[in-house]
Amino acid sequence: MSETTNSEAAVSAAAIRLWLQKSAEVLAEKRAYLTELDSPIGDADHGNNMDRGFKAVVATLSDKEDVGAVLKAVAMTLISKVGGASGPLYGTFFLDAGKPFAGKAELEPADLVTMFEDGIAGVKKRGRAEPGMKTMLDAQIPAAEALKAAVAEGKSAAEALKAAADAAEEGMKATIPMQAQRGRASYLGERSIDHQDPGATSSYLIIRALADAVAETSQ
Amino acid sequence: MKKLINNAEDVTLEQLKGFGLAHPEIEVHFDPNYVAVAGGVQNRVAVVSGGGAGHEPLHGGYVGMGMLDAACPGQTFTSPTPDQMYEAGKAVNGGKGILQIIKNYTGDVLNFRMAADLLRDEGIEVRNVVIDDDVALKDSLYTAGRRGLGTTVIAEKVCGAASQEGYDLDQLAALCKKVNIHGKSMGMALTPCTTPQNGTPSFELADNEMEIGIGIHGEPGTERMPVKSADEITEILATRILEDGAYTRELTEWDSEKGDWVDVEVKDITFQSGDEVIAIVNSMGATPISELYTVYAKLAEVAEKHGVKIVRKLIGHYITSLEMAGVSITLVKADEEILRLYDAPVNTPALRWGV
Repeated sequence: MSETTNSEAAVSAAAIRLWLQKSAEVLAEKRAYLTELDSPIGDADHGNNMDRGFKAVVATLSDKEDVGAVLKAVAMTLISKVGGASGPLYGTFFLDAGKPFAGKAELEPADLVTMFEDGIAGVKKRGRAEPGMKTMLDAQIPAAEALKAAVAEGKSAAEALKAAADAAEEGMKATIPMQAQRGRASYLGERSIDHQDPGATSSYLIIRALADAVAETSQ
Repeated sequence: MKKLINNAEDVTLEQLKGFGLAHPEIEVHFDPNYVAVAGGVQNRVAVVSGGGAGHEPLHGGYVGMGMLDAACPGQTFTSPTPDQMYEAGKAVNGGKGILQIIKNYTGDVLNFRMAADLLRDEGIEVRNVVIDDDVALKDSLYTAGRRGLGTTVIAEKVCGAASQEGYDLDQLAALCKKVNIHGKSMGMALTPCTTPQNGTPSFELADNEMEIGIGIHGEPGTERMPVKSADEITEILATRILEDGAYTRELTEWDSEKGDWVDVEVKDITFQSGDEVIAIVNSMGATPISELYTVYAKLAEVAEKHGVKIVRKLIGHYITSLEMAGVSITLVKADEEILRLYDAPVNTPALRWGV
């Protein structure tokens, strides 16, 4: 009985693949919406770029039972297909998030915390950004913090990821009143206020897709 | 949208095909896309640049003897991806390293930096120099910093010549940084432009309005105002450039001793009476050369009033924004080294002299 509980608590490589598929679906569905968010403060290509990148990710997904290898392949595909600032930033997230899990077939809840924290550290360094600058980090960091707190309380991976996705959604909404300090939006100064950040939005969608995928596979 | 295109998704590909057919001395590679001098580079530093398409002749038009060895075109107004710079770098590496000249746009900076990391993993030495010469933007504390404009053209010309002269990688990077801090630019738009992918103008402008302080991606400028005469517009741009104070910012560069990226504080020059400069009066795409001469006449007058002497000039289409109407002005303070290298022979599709 306890053995079953353990395996239910873990996130399998199959769940990771389902996450990426779900991400691709939601990014295709929200393509026009993301581009619309990007048009007043960026260069109106975020939806197109993310959709193009994740379509390519799905096309290159193998049945590898190696979480590290899956995440590395995702990173390399995003880097070579997305372009703009999002390609290297998301690429770095997945590259650094996957590094500790080379050869691992499943992740424990504590591994999920490491995955988020390492990915975020990479994005911060690559983008020279901190929270509050109206970037993808404003969704990712609250998600990682909520995830860490839920795991510390002993919650299951699915429960902890739901808390993370809820926190990412809050973080995404909190970018609306912020003045952009990174990327092309920063050139607008105060005119960047009152717009939801497209990168925080795509990050929220991807984190929600992870929560949904893990909820589905652990049922 | 009225454009000479077939399919909006394929414009860059189709344009590259035509470019390759028109210039057989330059090799065009696909998947990943890059253009490079035929035969690669032997025993000198390779000079590589790139950015989104839509700024022609930058950068593909500057590939050739005495200027760039390779250029990486992204989608229209979207930075290229690291696999492009990686393959281009490997193709033109002549064993003495690679200088990457990058305009300060977040996507360009990040993608080139990743490519530099990948090339370094292969044992190829790379230096990245960022051009950030747009005086329309005041500070970099709360923004991604000043954008890269026309000084990029001069940096590519001068560094290409220096590579031919045998500068090593560190000398070439130092020279490129010098050109950057000696160069200042500012642009304006009379009309927006339309990217093929979006199909609608990048902003709306009434017939009697103009945007001052634009970049090169169809974005609005820092200020919108009623259209003024050519002389008044030129005076606004030239005065801002000539009277721009020293601009201090942090730029990230590779520290080969530490083996890591470090932030280095960089400070511009200010123009002084007695300075000699190279000037560019650049069309944003749709403005005719005749109008650029009107601008040049006033620019020469304003410069003289500041005691600044224009010793070389380029008047035409050098760094554009698709079919946007408007002009940008660039002034680069020239010293003996910069002038010697600027005057050196060059043979590229868009810039040719001395051959």
